[in-house]
Amino acid sequence: MVDQLQVKPGREVFVAREADIPDGERKVIEVDGVEIGVFHVDRTFYAWRNDCPHQGGPVCQGRLMKRVEERLDGERRSLGIHYVDGALNIICPWHGYEFDVRTGRHAGQASLRLAGCPVRLRDGEIYVVLPA
Amino acid sequence: MSSSRREPKVLPVINDRTDSNAILARARRQASTRKLDNYFIVDVDSHIGDGAAWPEILQMIENEAVREAAFSFGGGTGRGAFLNDTPGLQWQSVGGRIPHGAGLKEPVEDKSVPREVALSRKAIESLALDYQVFFPNALLFLGMHPVREMEVELSTAYNRWIVEQVLPHEPRMKAMLYLPFNTLAAAEAMVKRFLGAPGVVGFLVTSTRYQPVHANEYMRLYAMLEEADMPIGFHAHHNWNNEYTRQLNRFISMHAISFVLSNLVHMTNWIINGLPERFPKLKVMWIESGLAWVPFLMQRLDNEYLMRVSEAPLLKRLPSDYMRDMFYTMQPMETSNLKLLEGTFDAIRAETQLLYASDWPHWDFDVPARVFDLPFLDDRSKRNILGLNAARLFNLEVPERYRSRDSVAAE
Repeated sequence: MVDQLQVKPGREVFVAREADIPDGERKVIEVDGVEIGVFHVDRTFYAWRNDCPHQGGPVCQGRLMKRVEERLDGERRSLGIHYVDGALNIICPWHGYEFDVRTGRHAGQASLRLAGCPVRLRDGEIYVVLPA
Repeated sequence: MSSSRREPKVLPVINDRTDSNAILARARRQASTRKLDNYFIVDVDSHIGDGAAWPEILQMIENEAVREAAFSFGGGTGRGAFLNDTPGLQWQSVGGRIPHGAGLKEPVEDKSVPREVALSRKAIESLALDYQVFFPNALLFLGMHPVREMEVELSTAYNRWIVEQVLPHEPRMKAMLYLPFNTLAAAEAMVKRFLGAPGVVGFLVTSTRYQPVHANEYMRLYAMLEEADMPIGFHAHHNWNNEYTRQLNRFISMHAISFVLSNLVHMTNWIINGLPERFPKLKVMWIESGLAWVPFLMQRLDNEYLMRVSEAPLLKRLPSDYMRDMFYTMQPMETSNLKLLEGTFDAIRAETQLLYASDWPHWDFDVPARVFDLPFLDDRSKRNILGLNAARLFNLEVPERYRSRDSVAAE
């Protein structure tokens, strides 16, 4: 069940000045009952609904952590679990569902995705378009 | 397109000190959107953190020598004294990814009631609960304690603390009290001592232990509970210290298997030794193993019973028929295949036997919307699972405002 939006869809709302969200940081906002997280990664802004597809948790308010991988040697022996440089996941604080902050896809099941919102940059300011 | 330059409201990053009302704000919104305040909801398995109260609990130890010794632990504070937790507990937050998985550390402003009561009230509000059944968090591994009498000392202190210090503050909080199952006389004494205490709705066996539940010594205990119309619950927990689970190198593997393994063993002994025939009125519930294990065991036992009936001569029906008469808490409900889940609901007669449970604030908790949003349930089933089945099991009063919407649960 999708929680009912209380705002006119398609409306563009102000999030922040670009300089106010440093690279690697995020800002989560609520506008008339709609919650959106805006993430700054490598000079690009991404916006996701703060609504985990698992149980509706506040996914954008969770920790940002690098994705992990299990490394194998040439004989396919495990070398343990390690962070992947440059890969960043947003992790739902309710149950730990992890999503690539760039694609919104779950780290273990790519068909499971966060709902995104268009981001517009104008005069050094960030706006998002509320979901239709 | 319209555009707004208004400064938006900012939501904070959630960490291990975030207020639980803020962590669960979206659950509160889910409840409002779904009108869950019109539903009678009982959370049958809650573990509102008791870690901070441990020194207070130790003060209730009745053996003076043990009590004084307890405060030689933790640098004189008693913190963690005598507990035999396995390292697994420290893994619950998934390496810090689920902040509340390491326990609620939020400051609590309301000092008029114990911290646990204040935290419980927040969960009651956020999850739209009418009642919350409190379970010991600290004692879940106590059945494996190498010092047998320590199970008796600590569980007695803990039960006194709940009954004397916690429950009187909040009538919406109920408790199933820990039975020191490794020492039969003490378990019986526990029932006699606390039977009828306000807020006590049942008694609890933590499943992580190596005690066969069909042993003859336990029959008098079961008879006492049956006579008193008190449910007995078997609450699963993990165990990373037996020959099988020691082979599992990741917490996910151990947790997935061991929370089910103990209840598979206890349920099998319970059924094959004919305990449902010996105690037909005893209400038995199985807690925190999820649901997928139940149809697995039903099919497994039915199949073998028909070939080896001589080994279970007390049974008059199929094993699955007895299992269908028992109660199950739903959490952590497996939902990756809704067809299988629907079949599971059918197999266990979920409409009358399934109980909503959050397990809050543990890392794999379930919100009430989890039940409400299931596409194959009608409104009657939702109401039963969310609260009315628990009302029947625990003899809880259903407030008048829900009565016109009551559904009749099967007897």
